[in-house]
Amino acid sequence: MNFINNFEVALNGIKANKLRSSLTMLGIIIGVAAVIIMISVGQGASKRISDQISSMGSNLLMVSPGAGQGPVRGASGNVNTLTLEDAEAIAGLSMVAGAVPELNTGATIVYENQTWTSQINGTTPGMQVIKDWPVSSGSYFGDDDVQSASLVAVLGQTVVDNLFPPGTDPVGATIRINKLAFTVVGVLSPKGAAMMGQDQDDAVYVPITTVQKRMLGVNNVRTINVQTETQDSMAYVQTSIEELLRERHRITGSKTDDFSVLSLTSVLEAAETATGTMTILLASIAAISLLVGGIGIMNIMLVSVTERTKEIGLRMAVGATESNILNQFLVESVVLCLVGGFTGIITGAAVAWAISKFAGWPTYITLYSILLSAGFSAAIGIFFGYYPAKKAASLDPIEALRFEK
Amino acid sequence: MSGKTVILLENVKKIYQLGETRVFALKGINLTIREGEMVAVMGSSGSGKSTLLNIMGCLDRPTAGIYYLDGENVSQLAKSRLARIRNKRIGFVFQGFNLLGRTTVLANVQLPLIYAGAGKKEMAERAKEALAWVGLSDYLEHYPSQMSGGQQQRVAIARALVNNPSLILADEPTGSLDSKTSIEIMAVIQRLYLEKGITVIIVTHEREISQYCRRLIKLKDGRITEDTPVMNPRNAAEDLAAMPDEGEGQI
Repeated sequence: MNFINNFEVALNGIKANKLRSSLTMLGIIIGVAAVIIMISVGQGASKRISDQISSMGSNLLMVSPGAGQGPVRGASGNVNTLTLEDAEAIAGLSMVAGAVPELNTGATIVYENQTWTSQINGTTPGMQVIKDWPVSSGSYFGDDDVQSASLVAVLGQTVVDNLFPPGTDPVGATIRINKLAFTVVGVLSPKGAAMMGQDQDDAVYVPITTVQKRMLGVNNVRTINVQTETQDSMAYVQTSIEELLRERHRITGSKTDDFSVLSLTSVLEAAETATGTMTILLASIAAISLLVGGIGIMNIMLVSVTERTKEIGLRMAVGATESNILNQFLVESVVLCLVGGFTGIITGAAVAWAISKFAGWPTYITLYSILLSAGFSAAIGIFFGYYPAKKAASLDPIEALRFEK
Repeated sequence: MSGKTVILLENVKKIYQLGETRVFALKGINLTIREGEMVAVMGSSGSGKSTLLNIMGCLDRPTAGIYYLDGENVSQLAKSRLARIRNKRIGFVFQGFNLLGRTTVLANVQLPLIYAGAGKKEMAERAKEALAWVGLSDYLEHYPSQMSGGQQQRVAIARALVNNPSLILADEPTGSLDSKTSIEIMAVIQRLYLEKGITVIIVTHEREISQYCRRLIKLKDGRITEDTPVMNPRNAAEDLAAMPDEGEGQI
């Protein structure tokens, strides 16, 4: 008995009971489709986040206060160790294109009888360069405004839309933030939503000294964004910043740094870890449904073996060996699983495509998720098909022939 | 009756262990059956005739004693070897036909050839030949459920002979058929040994059926109590010709 014969016998077994076979396959189809959809949604999210992070420019370093372990803790800003002078010192290092300190606070902005709550970002004119963000009207504030802690503000488009009547040019207008009267000197060109969905245009930029002295009464900065001249020099600049700040903050020997330097690469890595975890979580949930589908296969195969006891007895009487019978049922369950698996892959890919088309979520189907599902369904076929097949093969032909339903 | 020995049983015993009790199904059978014989095995239920048939059919192994099939000692062969022997040398005909329901007549007859590893073309040719021999050439693509009992049993006979066995074992082959159809089936079985020289062993409890055989073996309590030639054996084809022309048969 050769393999092709074996395969045909198994196929005939499947064809002989179409409804039952397709219901059995349904479990595998749903399981595999779920795995494909979940992985593609997870991979899509991950791909979008990494695309956005890398589009922000890869030669950026972020210096945050506190011994941060990652971007989240580093940004907490509970430790106030970075100062404007640190930023100036960093800007003086070699291979550094610019160092821009930031300090922000939330505040309500009032123009005539309109109010709007937004984020007030204290920064320096270098911000415009580092973020590559031009003004659409007016101009950015200058270094002298930072020197003198002037009451000048550059508005994001969302703030303008919410405070000023349509068609008015806000440049030159006076707005009040925390009872301080600011003169609007420029409006930033619209930039759109950032990676985590927040509106980047919903912000007001003012000289950092104004926030420090006039609004918060502090001397520290929340973060310093550093742009290096080339991407290759990032590691070098990161080390120089660390050496410089340890010296400036008098940290010697094994004492822990009171600041941390992060590159976008490490932010990217952290984000990828997070989305990777999410993908694994989603895929595991989907894998459970695949497992349930596999148990369904075993269940049906067991019923099928009992139902076909007489057939098995007859096959044995006309010369089928135990391994012939074992192979017949094993091939049957593997074929069920593989056909179910491929149908599931197609269904899953179609649903993933529909999700990105109609719900706007990015999905990304990877070869690896397809191979994983195909391999997994074949393994399920063998694993859950083996016991029923073994049961069939070990039947006694005399008993089996005498079996009555 | 001459020719070489097909079956030689030497003091064959079969003991079943049912929990605490031992059941002696066969208590020492000595039997020789030569090529081209047509033997009826009779006995009441519990006489051991099914056990004897199972052992002769290589479906079961004797507890003690030796079984030579075509001169080969097959009494203690491994299960896979026995499956080979059943495939190559033995054909089975059952009371309940045992055809695969959702499979065509042609595919049913091909079944033993699948396990013999025959090529596709060869399988189809030989199955058609066997079906033509039992007179069912027009039913190749029919399903068993579309056929009468007599026709189904003829499909089963075609399946039994498709692999050119030296021995055909029939377990109550007419047990599910009416008397006229029974004679039709006996006519086909008689042709097996008359035309093809195949040794046929029929287990039956009907005296009329045993009349179509040439030798009668009676079993009781696991022993052979009688082994005689059949006096005035009948010819099924002649009996059939003498019967009024009606019913389903169309050989």
